[in-house]
Amino acid sequence: MSLEVREVSVHHGPIRAINKISFDVQAGELVAMIGSNGAGKTSLLRALSGLNRSAEGSARWNGFELLHTKPEILVRHGVSHVSEGKSVIPELTVEDNLNLGALWRRDQSQAHRTRQSLLDHFPRLAERMKQSADTLSGGERQMLAICRAMMSQPELLLLDEPSLGLAPLIVAQIFETIRDLTTTMGLTVILVEQNAMSALKVADQGIVLNLGSIAAIGSAQSLIADPKVRAAYLGY
Amino acid sequence: MYQFINTIFIGITSGAIYSLMAIALVLVWRSTRVVNFAQAGMALLSTYIGYEFIQRFHSFWLALFLAMVAGAGIGALVDSIFMRTLFRRVAHGPIAGVAPIIATLGLLGLIRASLGLAVGNSDVSIRPPVSNVGYTISGHTLAFSPLKLVIVSAAVFLMIALSILFSKTNIGLSLRASAFSPEIARLAGVRVDRVRTLGWAIAGAAGAAAGMLQTPSGTGALSPDSLDFSLLLVFGFIAAVIGGLESLIGAVLGGVLLGLVLAFVLTYMSGSLVFITAFVLLIIVLLVRPQGIIGMNRGRRA
Repeated sequence: MSLEVREVSVHHGPIRAINKISFDVQAGELVAMIGSNGAGKTSLLRALSGLNRSAEGSARWNGFELLHTKPEILVRHGVSHVSEGKSVIPELTVEDNLNLGALWRRDQSQAHRTRQSLLDHFPRLAERMKQSADTLSGGERQMLAICRAMMSQPELLLLDEPSLGLAPLIVAQIFETIRDLTTTMGLTVILVEQNAMSALKVADQGIVLNLGSIAAIGSAQSLIADPKVRAAYLGY
Repeated sequence: MYQFINTIFIGITSGAIYSLMAIALVLVWRSTRVVNFAQAGMALLSTYIGYEFIQRFHSFWLALFLAMVAGAGIGALVDSIFMRTLFRRVAHGPIAGVAPIIATLGLLGLIRASLGLAVGNSDVSIRPPVSNVGYTISGHTLAFSPLKLVIVSAAVFLMIALSILFSKTNIGLSLRASAFSPEIARLAGVRVDRVRTLGWAIAGAAGAAAGMLQTPSGTGALSPDSLDFSLLLVFGFIAAVIGGLESLIGAVLGGVLLGLVLAFVLTYMSGSLVFITAFVLLIIVLLVRPQGIIGMNRGRRA
């Protein structure tokens, strides 16, 4: 079980956002993908999750080709994506946002059990089931978005900047949650983050992107220890 | 006194038919962000199909059901073949926003012209399935007949059934999610294209019901260039806008409100003011309360 990314390129018109990137992710790993604004992190993630189907190259999850596959099909093959920014539907209730992730599943009793275990983990969401998602705080929304993705029982979870616009304390909580889910559910996670240090602290592996190419790759600890990475991305 | 009560009956009955059309327009707007002017053509075609079924089976009710099935099929075909291709071809560029709306206008003309070629321009007629003679109370004939009762019941029934479908079922959740945020719906595994086609299909069925119920309650005449169907579209659209264009309940309230206002103008003022009143009402709502009478402020998003 692994993700094999081979020579993936992404273009936005004439601009090349990702230039022939290759890397592997082992199952059960939490990988932090960091890099400055415009490094191509989101472009790569949107290619992996089928939101951008113009990518070139190959990305296989357990042998299944992710590129050029629609996101609604990828979900059925165990790949879920929480997109950047607006990741819940504010017009719907918390409950509906959650249930949305499991609509496609044939076995709704299984979906019900998944929901129950998620709500045990996140009592704040359980209290707010009938409220519209609009009324949640930023951190709660992000939790809801992650839980919605978990409702699809993914094997590979792609998270795009879950810390966006959140206070440091909340960011720490969310990253702890992601770490926890990875370990307890046996998930594989690619966590795209601007918030490099916090992400690397909870991650197993790290990938540093710069101008559409891999600038550094390795264990999270080794990246934190790397003076060049520290200087360029960790701010000290 | 009886004139007043009759005016209310007339308003509610015609309002119920506008509501059905408004429901059809709201369904397509909610699921694809397209104002579907072709809805009148689709309803007309469905009603002709219903007429053929009446000739064959001699049952209005069976024909109504089959016309709604046909309407659903027409809606699904229009979306999956015509609109989906259109969205793919003109996803970007200066006309991307208006192209679908212009396309539905074109489709409206196409359906009517093709129907004219197919059936000629002579009228056919659909007889009322139940009496359209008003109930009598102590010697006074009311402007409310068994047929009108059927029409109002059908509109209320459809509104309740669709509201339950939308708010209580998984299909409804898919429909709402696809309308509010197609991208998040896709990422959650909803097959948004199919769900949109389903929205068009339900709208097609509602439009067919409007056409099938309207025809016998008016003159009974049906022709490809029917003025009744043009009015149905215009008043249905105004009703939908009054209701906020997002809400099924709003569509029904908008329809009934419009029906009542027009009925009172017709009875107490002048028939020649009906059109002006309808459009003045539309403009007032747009200027004063663009979110519609039941006000979902954050619901209206492009």
